[in-house]
Amino acid sequence: MTVQTSDTTHPLGPLREPGQAGGLVDVFRRRYLLKLLVRKELRVRYQGSAVGLGWSYVQPLVRFCVYYFIAGLVVSHKTPHRALHIFCGLMMVQFFGNCMVAGTKSVIKNKSLVRKINMPREMFPVASVCVSLYHLFPMYVILFIGCFVSGWHPDALALLAMVMALAIMALWGLGVALILSSLNVFLRDVSNVVEVISTVLRWTCPMIYPWTAIAGKLANHPVLYDLYVSHPLCAAVVLANRAFWIPSFSNIHSATIHQLPQHIFLRGGILLGLGAVFLGIAQIIFRRLESRFAEQL
Amino acid sequence: MNNTSVVLDGVSKHFKLKNHRSIKRMTVNLVTGRREINKFTALDQISFELDQGDTLGLLGLNGSGKSTLLKLVSGVMEPDEGKVLTRGRIAGLIEVGAGFHSELSGRENIFLNGAILGMTEAEIRRKFDSILAFSEMEQFLDSSVRHYSSGMFMRLAFAVAVHTDCDIFLIDEVLAVGDQPFKRKCMRKIGQLKEEGRTMIYVSHNPKQVLRLCERGIVLQAGRMAFEGTAEQAVKFIEYSVDDDDGEE
Repeated sequence: MTVQTSDTTHPLGPLREPGQAGGLVDVFRRRYLLKLLVRKELRVRYQGSAVGLGWSYVQPLVRFCVYYFIAGLVVSHKTPHRALHIFCGLMMVQFFGNCMVAGTKSVIKNKSLVRKINMPREMFPVASVCVSLYHLFPMYVILFIGCFVSGWHPDALALLAMVMALAIMALWGLGVALILSSLNVFLRDVSNVVEVISTVLRWTCPMIYPWTAIAGKLANHPVLYDLYVSHPLCAAVVLANRAFWIPSFSNIHSATIHQLPQHIFLRGGILLGLGAVFLGIAQIIFRRLESRFAEQL
Repeated sequence: MNNTSVVLDGVSKHFKLKNHRSIKRMTVNLVTGRREINKFTALDQISFELDQGDTLGLLGLNGSGKSTLLKLVSGVMEPDEGKVLTRGRIAGLIEVGAGFHSELSGRENIFLNGAILGMTEAEIRRKFDSILAFSEMEQFLDSSVRHYSSGMFMRLAFAVAVHTDCDIFLIDEVLAVGDQPFKRKCMRKIGQLKEEGRTMIYVSHNPKQVLRLCERGIVLQAGRMAFEGTAEQAVKFIEYSVDDDDGEE
Protein backbone atom coordinates (compact mmCIF):
# COMPACT_ATOMS: atom_id res chain seq x y z
CA MET A 1 0.00 0.00 0.00
CA THR A 2 1.40 3.42 -0.85
CA VAL A 3 0.68 5.95 1.79
CA GLN A 4 0.42 9.57 0.82
CA THR A 5 1.43 11.77 3.72
CA SER A 6 2.34 15.01 1.96
CA ASP A 7 -1.23 16.30 1.71
CA THR A 8 -0.67 19.51 3.62
CA THR A 9 -3.63 21.32 2.07
CA HIS A 10 -6.17 19.26 4.05
CA PRO A 11 -7.99 21.37 6.68
CA LEU A 12 -7.08 18.82 9.36
CA GLY A 13 -3.41 18.87 8.35
CA PRO A 14 -1.32 16.04 6.93
CA LEU A 15 -1.49 12.38 7.91
CA ARG A 16 0.97 11.76 10.72
CA GLU A 17 1.99 9.13 13.21
CA PRO A 18 -0.38 9.49 16.18
CA GLY A 19 2.28 8.95 18.85
CA GLN A 20 4.50 11.73 17.54
CA ALA A 21 4.65 14.46 20.14
CA GLY A 22 6.75 17.54 20.69
CA GLY A 23 8.23 16.43 24.03
CA LEU A 24 9.03 19.33 26.37
CA VAL A 25 7.61 21.78 23.84
CA ASP A 26 4.25 20.01 24.14
CA VAL A 27 4.50 20.18 27.93
CA PHE A 28 4.92 23.94 27.59
CA ARG A 29 1.99 24.11 25.18
CA ARG A 30 -0.22 22.23 27.61
CA ARG A 31 0.68 24.34 30.64
CA TYR A 32 -2.87 24.13 31.97
CA LEU A 33 -2.61 20.34 32.28
CA LEU A 34 0.79 20.74 33.94
CA LYS A 35 -0.72 23.16 36.44
CA LEU A 36 -3.54 20.72 37.26
CA LEU A 37 -1.14 17.79 37.64
CA VAL A 38 1.06 19.79 40.02
CA ARG A 39 -2.00 20.87 42.00
CA LYS A 40 -3.22 17.27 42.15
CA GLU A 41 0.17 16.08 43.38
CA LEU A 42 0.16 18.67 46.18
CA ARG A 43 -3.44 17.91 47.13
CA VAL A 44 -2.83 14.18 47.24
CA ARG A 45 0.40 14.53 49.20
CA TYR A 46 -1.22 16.51 52.03
CA GLN A 47 -4.59 14.75 51.93
CA GLY A 48 -5.82 14.05 55.45
CA SER A 49 -2.90 15.94 56.99
CA ALA A 50 -3.69 18.48 59.72
CA VAL A 51 -0.47 20.44 59.17
CA GLY A 52 -0.67 20.28 55.37
CA LEU A 53 1.87 22.43 53.55
CA GLY A 54 3.31 23.27 57.00
CA TRP A 55 5.27 20.02 56.70
CA SER A 56 7.41 21.59 54.01
CA TYR A 57 8.54 24.13 56.65
CA VAL A 58 9.04 21.53 59.40
CA GLN A 59 11.24 19.13 57.45
CA PRO A 60 13.91 21.60 56.30
CA LEU A 61 13.95 23.27 59.71
CA VAL A 62 14.60 19.96 61.49
CA ARG A 63 17.28 19.06 58.98
CA PHE A 64 18.81 22.45 59.39
CA CYS A 65 18.93 22.11 63.18
CA VAL A 66 20.65 18.72 62.90
CA TYR A 67 23.24 20.02 60.43
CA TYR A 68 23.79 23.18 62.46
CA PHE A 69 24.44 21.09 65.54
CA ILE A 70 26.76 18.64 63.71
CA ALA A 71 28.59 21.43 61.90
CA GLY A 72 29.16 23.34 65.12
CA LEU A 73 30.20 20.47 67.35
CA VAL A 74 31.66 17.77 65.14
CA VAL A 75 32.96 19.33 61.94
CA SER A 76 34.05 22.49 63.78
CA HIS A 77 32.56 24.75 61.14
CA LYS A 78 32.98 28.02 63.01
CA THR A 79 32.69 30.53 60.15
CA PRO A 80 30.60 33.65 60.73
CA HIS A 81 26.88 33.42 59.97
CA ARG A 82 27.18 29.63 59.86
CA ALA A 83 23.40 29.22 59.93
CA LEU A 84 23.01 31.10 56.63
CA HIS A 85 25.85 29.14 55.05
CA ILE A 86 24.25 25.83 55.94
CA PHE A 87 20.73 26.81 55.07
CA CYS A 88 21.37 28.14 51.57
CA GLY A 89 23.36 24.97 50.80
CA LEU A 90 20.59 22.84 52.27
CA MET A 91 18.04 24.45 49.96
CA MET A 92 19.96 23.55 46.84
CA VAL A 93 20.74 20.02 48.05
CA GLN A 94 17.15 19.42 49.10
CA PHE A 95 15.78 20.71 45.80
CA PHE A 96 18.15 18.64 43.68
CA GLY A 97 17.57 15.56 45.84
CA ASN A 98 13.79 15.98 45.48
CA CYS A 99 14.15 16.34 41.71
CA MET A 100 16.13 13.11 41.61
CA VAL A 101 14.08 10.98 43.97
CA ALA A 102 10.55 12.15 43.06
CA GLY A 103 11.47 12.58 39.38
CA THR A 104 12.71 9.01 39.15
CA LYS A 105 9.37 7.64 40.37
CA SER A 106 7.21 10.09 38.41
CA VAL A 107 6.48 7.96 35.33
CA ILE A 108 5.88 4.73 37.27
CA LYS A 109 3.57 6.55 39.66
CA ASN A 110 1.38 7.59 36.74
CA LYS A 111 1.47 4.28 34.96
CA SER A 112 -2.30 4.07 34.53
CA LEU A 113 -2.14 7.23 32.40
CA VAL A 114 1.03 6.19 30.56
CA ARG A 115 -0.51 2.85 29.59
CA LYS A 116 -3.86 4.20 28.49
CA ILE A 117 -3.73 7.77 27.27
CA ASN A 118 -1.63 9.42 24.60
CA MET A 119 -0.16 12.52 26.19
CA PRO A 120 3.34 13.99 26.45
CA ARG A 121 4.88 11.73 29.08
CA GLU A 122 7.54 14.33 29.83
CA MET A 123 4.65 15.95 31.70
CA PHE A 124 5.27 13.66 34.72
CA PRO A 125 8.96 14.40 35.43
CA VAL A 126 8.33 18.10 34.67
CA ALA A 127 5.40 18.13 37.13
CA SER A 128 7.55 16.49 39.81
CA VAL A 129 10.27 19.13 39.32
CA CYS A 130 7.57 21.82 39.61
CA VAL A 131 6.39 20.26 42.88
CA SER A 132 9.99 20.37 44.16
CA LEU A 133 10.18 24.04 43.13
CA TYR A 134 6.96 24.68 45.00
CA HIS A 135 8.47 23.18 48.15
CA LEU A 136 11.45 25.46 47.75
CA PHE A 137 9.24 28.46 48.38
CA PRO A 138 8.83 27.97 52.17
CA MET A 139 12.61 27.53 52.40
CA TYR A 140 13.15 30.85 50.68
CA VAL A 141 10.81 32.46 53.22
CA ILE A 142 12.87 31.03 56.11
CA LEU A 143 16.11 32.01 54.38
CA PHE A 144 15.07 35.62 53.75
CA ILE A 145 14.04 35.99 57.39
CA GLY A 146 17.46 34.63 58.40
CA CYS A 147 19.17 36.99 55.95
CA PHE A 148 17.48 40.10 57.29
CA VAL A 149 18.23 39.09 60.87
CA SER A 150 21.92 38.66 59.98
CA GLY A 151 22.25 42.08 58.34
CA TRP A 152 22.14 40.91 54.71
CA HIS A 153 23.07 43.71 52.29
CA PRO A 154 22.99 42.19 48.79
CA ASP A 155 24.85 43.67 45.83
CA ALA A 156 23.91 43.18 42.17
CA LEU A 157 26.15 40.10 41.90
CA ALA A 158 24.29 38.51 44.81
CA LEU A 159 21.02 38.78 42.90
CA LEU A 160 22.67 37.35 39.77
CA ALA A 161 24.08 34.47 41.82
CA MET A 162 20.61 33.80 43.28
CA VAL A 163 19.03 33.44 39.85
CA MET A 164 21.96 31.50 38.43
CA ALA A 165 21.99 28.95 41.28
CA LEU A 166 18.32 28.19 40.86
CA ALA A 167 18.55 28.06 37.05
CA ILE A 168 21.46 25.59 37.19
CA MET A 169 19.59 23.35 39.61
CA ALA A 170 16.34 23.50 37.63
CA LEU A 171 18.06 22.65 34.32
CA TRP A 172 20.17 19.81 35.67
CA GLY A 173 17.40 18.60 37.99
CA LEU A 174 14.95 18.33 35.10
CA GLY A 175 17.51 16.59 32.89
CA VAL A 176 18.28 14.08 35.63
CA ALA A 177 14.55 13.54 36.32
CA LEU A 178 13.87 12.86 32.61
CA ILE A 179 16.67 10.32 32.28
CA LEU A 180 16.08 8.53 35.59
CA SER A 181 12.29 8.37 35.27
CA SER A 182 12.58 6.68 31.88
CA LEU A 183 15.28 4.25 33.03
CA ASN A 184 13.24 3.38 36.11
CA VAL A 185 10.45 2.03 33.87
CA PHE A 186 12.78 -0.69 32.66
CA LEU A 187 14.75 -1.36 35.82
CA ARG A 188 13.15 -0.50 39.15
CA ASP A 189 16.51 -0.74 40.93
CA VAL A 190 17.15 2.77 39.61
CA SER A 191 14.94 4.32 42.31
CA ASN A 192 16.90 2.52 45.05
CA VAL A 193 20.24 3.55 43.59
CA VAL A 194 19.00 7.14 43.40
CA GLU A 195 18.06 7.17 47.09
CA VAL A 196 21.56 6.01 47.98
CA ILE A 197 23.14 8.66 45.72
CA SER A 198 20.98 11.41 47.18
CA THR A 199 22.25 10.67 50.69
CA VAL A 200 25.85 10.87 49.44
CA LEU A 201 25.25 14.05 47.42
CA ARG A 202 24.93 16.34 50.43
CA TRP A 203 28.56 15.67 51.31
CA THR A 204 29.84 16.57 47.83
CA CYS A 205 29.21 20.28 48.24
CA PRO A 206 30.11 22.87 50.87
CA MET A 207 27.02 22.80 53.04
CA ILE A 208 27.80 21.15 56.36
CA TYR A 209 31.46 22.13 56.09
CA PRO A 210 32.87 25.38 54.61
CA TRP A 211 34.49 25.41 51.19
CA THR A 212 37.81 26.48 52.75
CA ALA A 213 37.99 23.12 54.55
CA ILE A 214 37.86 21.13 51.30
CA ALA A 215 40.02 23.61 49.34
CA GLY A 216 42.89 23.01 51.75
CA LYS A 217 42.57 19.22 51.51
CA LEU A 218 42.43 19.20 47.70
CA ALA A 219 45.17 21.80 47.18
CA ASN A 220 47.60 19.19 45.84
CA HIS A 221 44.99 17.38 43.68
CA PRO A 222 44.03 19.83 40.93
CA VAL A 223 41.90 17.33 38.99
CA LEU A 224 39.90 16.35 42.06
CA TYR A 225 39.57 20.01 42.99
CA ASP A 226 38.25 20.92 39.53
CA LEU A 227 35.79 18.01 39.62
CA TYR A 228 34.61 19.10 43.03
CA VAL A 229 34.01 22.77 42.25
CA SER A 230 32.61 22.11 38.76
CA HIS A 231 29.82 19.65 39.44
CA PRO A 232 26.44 21.37 39.13
CA LEU A 233 25.29 20.90 42.72
CA CYS A 234 28.53 22.29 44.18
CA ALA A 235 28.50 25.21 41.73
CA ALA A 236 24.88 26.01 42.65
CA VAL A 237 25.61 25.80 46.39
CA VAL A 238 28.60 28.11 46.01
CA LEU A 239 26.49 30.57 44.00
CA ALA A 240 23.78 30.40 46.69
CA ASN A 241 26.49 31.15 49.24
CA ARG A 242 27.47 34.19 47.17
CA ALA A 243 23.82 35.27 47.08
CA PHE A 244 22.83 34.85 50.71
CA TRP A 245 25.79 34.15 52.95
CA ILE A 246 28.55 36.41 51.63
CA PRO A 247 26.39 39.60 51.66
CA SER A 248 25.99 39.15 55.41
CA PHE A 249 29.74 39.85 55.87
CA SER A 250 30.69 43.49 56.42
CA ASN A 251 33.18 43.38 53.53
CA ILE A 252 31.63 41.47 50.62
CA HIS A 253 34.71 41.74 48.39
CA SER A 254 37.14 40.29 50.92
CA ALA A 255 34.65 37.58 51.99
CA THR A 256 34.19 36.50 48.36
CA ILE A 257 37.95 36.16 47.86
CA HIS A 258 38.57 34.29 51.09
CA GLN A 259 35.45 32.16 51.49
CA LEU A 260 34.56 31.06 47.93
CA PRO A 261 36.39 29.45 45.00
CA GLN A 262 37.46 31.65 42.09
CA HIS A 263 35.50 32.22 38.85
CA ILE A 264 32.15 31.16 40.27
CA PHE A 265 30.16 33.16 37.70
CA LEU A 266 32.19 31.90 34.76
CA ARG A 267 31.77 28.34 35.98
CA GLY A 268 28.06 28.99 36.57
CA GLY A 269 27.64 30.33 33.03
CA ILE A 270 29.38 27.29 31.53
CA LEU A 271 27.22 24.96 33.65
CA LEU A 272 24.08 26.73 32.43
CA GLY A 273 25.16 26.15 28.82
CA LEU A 274 26.11 22.54 29.54
CA GLY A 275 22.83 22.14 31.43
CA ALA A 276 20.88 23.14 28.32
CA VAL A 277 22.85 20.57 26.27
CA PHE A 278 22.31 17.96 29.01
CA LEU A 279 18.57 18.67 28.98
CA GLY A 280 18.54 18.18 25.20
CA ILE A 281 20.32 14.83 25.58
CA ALA A 282 17.95 13.85 28.40
CA GLN A 283 14.99 14.63 26.13
CA ILE A 284 16.43 12.41 23.37
CA ILE A 285 17.00 9.52 25.82
CA PHE A 286 13.48 9.93 27.23
CA ARG A 287 11.91 9.95 23.75
CA ARG A 288 13.80 6.84 22.70
CA LEU A 289 12.74 4.88 25.77
CA GLU A 290 9.24 6.36 25.87
CA SER A 291 8.09 4.43 22.80
CA ARG A 292 8.18 1.24 24.91
CA PHE A 293 6.72 2.65 28.14
CA ALA A 294 3.14 1.48 27.54
CA GLU A 295 4.05 -2.15 26.93
CA GLN A 296 6.66 -2.24 29.70
CA LEU A 297 4.39 -0.94 32.47
CA MET B 1 -8.86 16.13 -2.09
CA ASN B 2 -7.41 13.10 -0.36
CA ASN B 3 -9.81 12.47 2.52
CA THR B 4 -7.97 9.61 4.22
CA SER B 5 -8.39 9.68 7.98
CA VAL B 6 -6.71 6.53 9.29
CA VAL B 7 -4.13 4.33 7.56
CA LEU B 8 -2.66 1.08 8.83
CA ASP B 9 -0.02 -0.27 6.49
CA GLY B 10 1.40 -3.72 7.28
CA VAL B 11 1.18 -3.12 11.00
CA SER B 12 2.52 -5.73 13.41
CA LYS B 13 2.93 -5.56 17.16
CA HIS B 14 4.87 -8.05 19.23
CA PHE B 15 5.04 -8.24 22.99
CA LYS B 16 7.84 -9.77 24.99
CA LEU B 17 6.56 -11.98 27.76
CA LYS B 18 9.31 -11.60 30.29
CA ASN B 19 9.60 -13.03 33.74
CA HIS B 20 10.73 -10.85 36.60
CA ARG B 21 14.30 -9.69 35.98
CA SER B 22 16.53 -10.12 38.98
CA ILE B 23 20.33 -10.04 39.03
CA LYS B 24 20.32 -13.69 40.19
CA ARG B 25 18.19 -14.78 37.27
CA MET B 26 20.08 -12.63 34.77
CA THR B 27 23.39 -14.15 35.97
CA VAL B 28 22.02 -17.69 35.69
CA ASN B 29 20.76 -16.94 32.19
CA LEU B 30 24.09 -15.43 31.21
CA VAL B 31 25.98 -18.50 32.40
CA THR B 32 23.57 -21.06 30.93
CA GLY B 33 23.06 -19.01 27.74
CA ARG B 34 19.30 -19.31 28.15
CA ARG B 35 17.03 -16.49 27.10
CA GLU B 36 13.79 -16.02 28.93
CA ILE B 37 12.04 -13.91 26.36
CA ASN B 38 8.95 -15.32 24.70
CA LYS B 39 7.65 -13.26 21.85
CA PHE B 40 3.92 -12.95 21.42
CA THR B 41 2.45 -11.49 18.25
CA ALA B 42 -0.59 -9.40 19.14
CA LEU B 43 -1.11 -7.98 15.64
CA ASP B 44 0.20 -9.45 12.42
CA GLN B 45 0.39 -7.50 9.14
CA ILE B 46 -2.79 -5.45 9.52
CA SER B 47 -3.59 -3.07 6.66
CA PHE B 48 -6.67 -0.95 6.05
CA GLU B 49 -7.65 2.62 5.29
CA LEU B 50 -10.55 4.72 6.54
CA ASP B 51 -11.78 7.94 5.00
CA GLN B 52 -13.04 10.81 7.14
CA GLY B 53 -16.54 9.89 8.32
CA ASP B 54 -16.12 6.12 7.88
CA THR B 55 -17.37 3.93 10.69
CA LEU B 56 -15.62 0.65 11.32
CA GLY B 57 -16.80 -2.11 13.63
CA LEU B 58 -13.88 -4.11 14.97
CA LEU B 59 -14.91 -7.61 15.96
CA GLY B 60 -13.08 -10.57 17.37
CA LEU B 61 -12.87 -12.83 20.36
CA ASN B 62 -11.06 -11.79 23.52
CA GLY B 63 -7.31 -11.62 22.94
CA SER B 64 -7.62 -11.21 19.16
CA GLY B 65 -5.80 -7.85 19.21
CA LYS B 66 -8.67 -5.35 19.07
CA SER B 67 -7.56 -3.24 22.03
CA THR B 68 -3.93 -3.30 20.90
CA LEU B 69 -5.07 -2.01 17.52
CA LEU B 70 -6.93 0.86 19.16
CA LYS B 71 -3.87 1.68 21.27
CA LEU B 72 -1.78 1.90 18.10
CA VAL B 73 -4.31 4.21 16.42
CA SER B 74 -4.57 6.38 19.54
CA GLY B 75 -0.77 6.64 19.70
CA VAL B 76 -0.35 5.09 23.15
CA MET B 77 1.82 2.40 21.54
CA GLU B 78 3.98 2.35 18.44
CA PRO B 79 3.96 -0.51 15.93
CA ASP B 80 7.02 -2.77 15.63
CA GLU B 81 6.50 -3.11 11.88
CA GLY B 82 4.48 -1.09 9.41
CA LYS B 83 3.01 2.34 9.74
CA VAL B 84 0.03 3.90 11.48
CA LEU B 85 -1.02 7.31 10.20
CA THR B 86 -3.93 9.46 11.32
CA ARG B 87 -5.27 12.87 10.45
CA GLY B 88 -6.79 15.25 12.99
CA ARG B 89 -7.51 15.06 16.68
CA ILE B 90 -8.14 11.65 18.24
CA ALA B 91 -10.37 11.02 21.23
CA GLY B 92 -12.60 8.29 22.40
CA LEU B 93 -14.07 6.03 24.95
CA ILE B 94 -11.03 3.94 25.67
CA GLU B 95 -10.04 3.26 29.26
CA VAL B 96 -12.61 5.79 30.37
CA GLY B 97 -11.76 7.32 33.72
CA ALA B 98 -8.03 6.53 33.53
CA GLY B 99 -7.20 10.13 34.39
CA PHE B 100 -9.54 10.32 37.36
CA HIS B 101 -8.12 10.65 40.82
CA SER B 102 -10.08 9.27 43.74
CA GLU B 103 -8.98 11.98 46.18
CA LEU B 104 -10.27 14.83 44.02
CA SER B 105 -13.86 15.99 43.77
CA GLY B 106 -16.09 15.40 40.75
CA ARG B 107 -15.61 19.02 39.68
CA GLU B 108 -11.81 18.85 39.95
CA ASN B 109 -11.81 15.56 38.06
CA ILE B 110 -13.82 17.08 35.20
CA PHE B 111 -11.12 19.74 34.77
CA LEU B 112 -8.19 17.36 35.24
CA ASN B 113 -9.57 14.67 32.96
CA GLY B 114 -10.63 17.20 30.34
CA ALA B 115 -7.09 18.60 30.29
CA ILE B 116 -5.61 15.10 30.09
CA LEU B 117 -7.82 14.37 27.09
CA GLY B 118 -6.44 17.49 25.40
CA MET B 119 -9.01 20.17 26.19
CA THR B 120 -7.96 23.72 26.99
CA GLU B 121 -9.18 25.48 30.13
CA ALA B 122 -11.54 27.67 28.09
CA GLU B 123 -12.92 24.60 26.30
CA ILE B 124 -13.64 22.80 29.58
CA ARG B 125 -15.31 25.88 31.08
CA ARG B 126 -17.45 26.24 27.96
CA LYS B 127 -18.53 22.61 28.07
CA PHE B 128 -18.75 22.26 31.84
CA ASP B 129 -22.54 22.63 32.08
CA SER B 130 -23.11 20.25 29.21
CA ILE B 131 -20.74 17.66 30.76
CA LEU B 132 -22.53 17.98 34.07
CA ALA B 133 -25.97 17.68 32.49
CA PHE B 134 -24.88 14.60 30.57
CA SER B 135 -23.53 12.90 33.69
CA GLU B 136 -26.57 13.88 35.84
CA MET B 137 -24.19 14.16 38.79
CA GLU B 138 -24.93 17.75 39.86
CA GLN B 139 -25.72 16.66 43.40
CA PHE B 140 -22.36 14.96 43.98
CA LEU B 141 -20.19 17.40 42.07
CA ASP B 142 -18.19 18.57 45.06
CA SER B 143 -17.80 15.25 46.85
CA SER B 144 -14.67 13.21 46.49
CA VAL B 145 -14.84 10.64 43.68
CA ARG B 146 -13.74 8.07 46.28
CA HIS B 147 -17.33 8.05 47.56
CA TYR B 148 -18.86 7.45 44.11
CA SER B 149 -20.29 4.09 43.11
CA SER B 150 -18.68 2.50 40.05
CA GLY B 151 -21.73 3.50 37.98
CA MET B 152 -21.52 7.13 39.11
CA PHE B 153 -17.81 7.18 38.38
CA MET B 154 -18.35 5.87 34.86
CA ARG B 155 -21.10 8.38 34.15
CA LEU B 156 -18.82 11.28 34.94
CA ALA B 157 -15.87 9.79 33.08
CA PHE B 158 -18.07 9.14 30.03
CA ALA B 159 -19.51 12.61 30.10
CA VAL B 160 -16.04 14.17 29.92
CA ALA B 161 -14.83 11.78 27.22
CA VAL B 162 -17.76 12.30 24.84
CA HIS B 163 -17.32 16.05 25.05
CA THR B 164 -13.79 16.00 23.66
CA ASP B 165 -13.62 17.65 20.24
CA CYS B 166 -12.15 15.22 17.75
CA ASP B 167 -12.01 14.02 14.17
CA ILE B 168 -11.39 10.36 14.98
CA PHE B 169 -13.41 8.72 17.73
CA LEU B 170 -12.36 5.35 19.17
CA ILE B 171 -14.70 3.25 21.29
CA ASP B 172 -13.64 0.15 23.18
CA GLU B 173 -16.37 -2.05 24.66
CA VAL B 174 -17.35 0.69 26.98
CA LEU B 175 -21.01 0.14 27.49
CA ALA B 176 -20.60 -2.83 29.78
CA VAL B 177 -21.45 -0.76 32.84
CA GLY B 178 -24.16 1.76 33.59
CA ASP B 179 -27.92 1.42 33.70
CA GLN B 180 -30.13 1.09 30.63
CA PRO B 181 -31.20 4.76 30.40
CA PHE B 182 -27.57 5.89 30.57
CA LYS B 183 -26.51 3.31 27.99
CA ARG B 184 -29.22 4.58 25.67
CA LYS B 185 -28.06 8.13 26.23
CA CYS B 186 -24.49 7.14 25.37
CA MET B 187 -25.58 5.34 22.22
CA ARG B 188 -27.54 8.42 21.15
CA LYS B 189 -24.48 10.61 21.75
CA ILE B 190 -22.24 8.23 19.81
CA GLY B 191 -24.82 8.23 17.00
CA GLN B 192 -24.75 12.02 17.02
CA LEU B 193 -20.93 12.06 16.78
CA LYS B 194 -21.23 9.74 13.79
CA GLU B 195 -23.75 12.04 12.11
CA GLU B 196 -21.35 14.93 12.60
CA GLY B 197 -18.85 13.15 10.35
CA ARG B 198 -16.31 11.71 12.78
CA THR B 199 -14.29 8.72 11.71
CA MET B 200 -15.15 5.93 14.13
CA ILE B 201 -13.60 2.67 15.14
CA TYR B 202 -15.94 0.76 17.37
CA VAL B 203 -14.90 -2.35 19.28
CA SER B 204 -17.83 -4.29 20.65
CA HIS B 205 -19.19 -7.76 21.20
CA ASN B 206 -22.69 -6.45 20.73
CA PRO B 207 -23.71 -7.09 17.10
CA LYS B 208 -26.80 -4.88 17.23
CA GLN B 209 -24.76 -1.88 18.28
CA VAL B 210 -22.13 -2.61 15.64
CA LEU B 211 -24.81 -2.87 12.94
CA ARG B 212 -26.45 0.31 14.10
CA LEU B 213 -23.29 2.41 14.21
CA CYS B 214 -20.96 0.93 11.61
CA GLU B 215 -20.92 0.55 7.86
CA ARG B 216 -17.70 -1.38 7.64
CA GLY B 217 -16.50 -4.36 9.63
CA ILE B 218 -13.21 -6.11 10.30
CA VAL B 219 -12.84 -9.40 12.16
CA LEU B 220 -9.57 -10.11 13.94
CA GLN B 221 -8.51 -13.65 14.80
CA ALA B 222 -5.32 -14.21 16.78
CA GLY B 223 -3.92 -10.88 15.61
CA ARG B 224 -4.63 -11.43 11.91
CA MET B 225 -7.26 -9.83 9.75
CA ALA B 226 -9.66 -12.74 9.17
CA PHE B 227 -12.33 -10.74 7.38
CA GLU B 228 -12.90 -7.30 5.92
CA GLY B 229 -16.19 -6.15 4.43
CA THR B 230 -19.44 -4.56 5.47
CA ALA B 231 -20.54 -4.60 9.10
CA GLU B 232 -23.35 -7.09 8.29
CA GLN B 233 -20.93 -9.49 6.61
CA ALA B 234 -18.47 -9.15 9.51
CA VAL B 235 -21.15 -9.95 12.08
CA LYS B 236 -22.22 -12.96 10.00
CA PHE B 237 -18.61 -14.06 9.63
CA ILE B 238 -18.02 -14.16 13.35
CA GLU B 239 -21.47 -15.76 13.87
CA TYR B 240 -22.63 -13.43 16.58
CA SER B 241 -26.31 -13.95 17.32
CA VAL B 242 -28.28 -10.73 17.06
CA ASP B 243 -30.45 -11.23 20.13
CA ASP B 244 -28.61 -9.12 22.65
CA ASP B 245 -30.50 -5.89 23.15
CA ASP B 246 -28.01 -4.19 25.43
CA GLY B 247 -28.33 -0.46 25.11
CA GLU B 248 -31.12 -0.67 22.60
CA GLU B 249 -33.97 1.73 22.69
